[in-house]
Amino acid sequence: MTENGEAPPLVVLADVNKHFGNLHVLRDINLTISRGEVVVVIGPSGGGKSTLCRTINRLETVDSGTITFDGQPLAAEGRALARLRSEVGMVFQSFNLFAHKTILENVTLGPIKVRGLSRTEAERRGMELLERVDIGAQASKYPAQLSGGQQQRVAIARALAMNPKMILFDEPTSALDPEMVQEVLDVMIGLAAEGMTMMVVTHEMGFARRAANRVVFMAEGQIVEENTPEAFFTSARSERAKDFLSKILTH
Amino acid sequence: MQALFEEFPVIRDAFWLTIRLTLASGITALLLGTILAAMRVSPLPVLRGIGTAYVNILRNTPLTLVIVFCGLGLGLVLDVSFSTSLSTNYLWLSIIGLSAYTAAFVCEAIRAGINTVPIGQAEAARAIGLTFSQNLRLIVLPQALRAVIAPLGSILIALIKNTTVAAAIGVTEASLTMKTLFESHGAEVIPIFFGFALGFVILTLPTGMLFTWLSKRLAVIR
Repeated sequence: MTENGEAPPLVVLADVNKHFGNLHVLRDINLTISRGEVVVVIGPSGGGKSTLCRTINRLETVDSGTITFDGQPLAAEGRALARLRSEVGMVFQSFNLFAHKTILENVTLGPIKVRGLSRTEAERRGMELLERVDIGAQASKYPAQLSGGQQQRVAIARALAMNPKMILFDEPTSALDPEMVQEVLDVMIGLAAEGMTMMVVTHEMGFARRAANRVVFMAEGQIVEENTPEAFFTSARSERAKDFLSKILTH
Repeated sequence: MQALFEEFPVIRDAFWLTIRLTLASGITALLLGTILAAMRVSPLPVLRGIGTAYVNILRNTPLTLVIVFCGLGLGLVLDVSFSTSLSTNYLWLSIIGLSAYTAAFVCEAIRAGINTVPIGQAEAARAIGLTFSQNLRLIVLPQALRAVIAPLGSILIALIKNTTVAAAIGVTEASLTMKTLFESHGAEVIPIFFGFALGFVILTLPTGMLFTWLSKRLAVIR
């Protein structure tokens, strides 16, 4: 609790900069995410959205600036970093389920190896989570035997199995066939409704409208505009945001 | 042909020694090679440097030199001793040489296997909080090893044949025994030669088939 009695924010990025060689991918990023908040990051490709998402669990390092998670600066390496990552779930564009492990093993590996749960307990909870995302019947299959939408729902269950304080979604539906997008979005909308803190990089405007508390528009490595979904989609202030919206909303 | 039958117990013992040399060196090389591969992909530059230097030195030195170094350098000069029996001692020294040499090839095969594992696998493992060594042990190496079963089979076949170099320090494996039989059965050099060649084929051919079968069976489907 801070002095004024409000819960402190979960994530604070302050003056974050990052370069890939000569490319300045993150420029003076300042962003605060509160507990229970759902932040959707949108913007043109190559604008730094995924990189921003990946800095929060330090899959990408930053050149300057600070990132704090739950009041602590991100650990640089080793066990402290592993502990941080265990508290921040991540769902990738390409699912990245462990290819040599069954669906259930994918969900129980973290709880057993990182949290020290017994196999029985981890499997009980793993099955619950798989049932919840409607994959219970496929628990003994391998990832390659599932459709993209099913794999991505398993990936969400895998993240949830760690009881994370937050989940990062890095374009979770971009690699899916169109008919499978909704089943994944439905799970995400459910999570948002339950109060999970989420950062979602996506092009799904429907999801942003329905589940987001805030939309962050990024272009050329900068946060150009932040607003509520309704205000952003109906009356974007910046030229770049208007231009971007006109390209994706007119058809 | 007569000699092959007469000397069968000797030949059988010689090939049994070849098999033991192969198994002992093969298992040690697999362990050492895996550790070396882990060193070569580690985030610590010192470990990477040691791994790279090891592989480059051992892979580019003729095996005969490695074995002779183990026999004379380790055995005679440095007085490394595993047994009071001279022949047992040279057997162990040759196993060290064969393991050390083969580990360099195992390391490179596994490193190639690590490169076949998509980067997303390791990222997902990091993202759930696995440490570097857990990531390697639980996610990356199991997939890498399964991708390189066929090349590891080729290395094992090469090792079976390479055990003949242990003859250089007097280990009485198959090839040295063959030479001894040439001397005692001068008239039957050709049959003896083909007998021993057949013995090696009997060891190598099923090994190759087993590893091909294993590589298909254990392949990771993506």
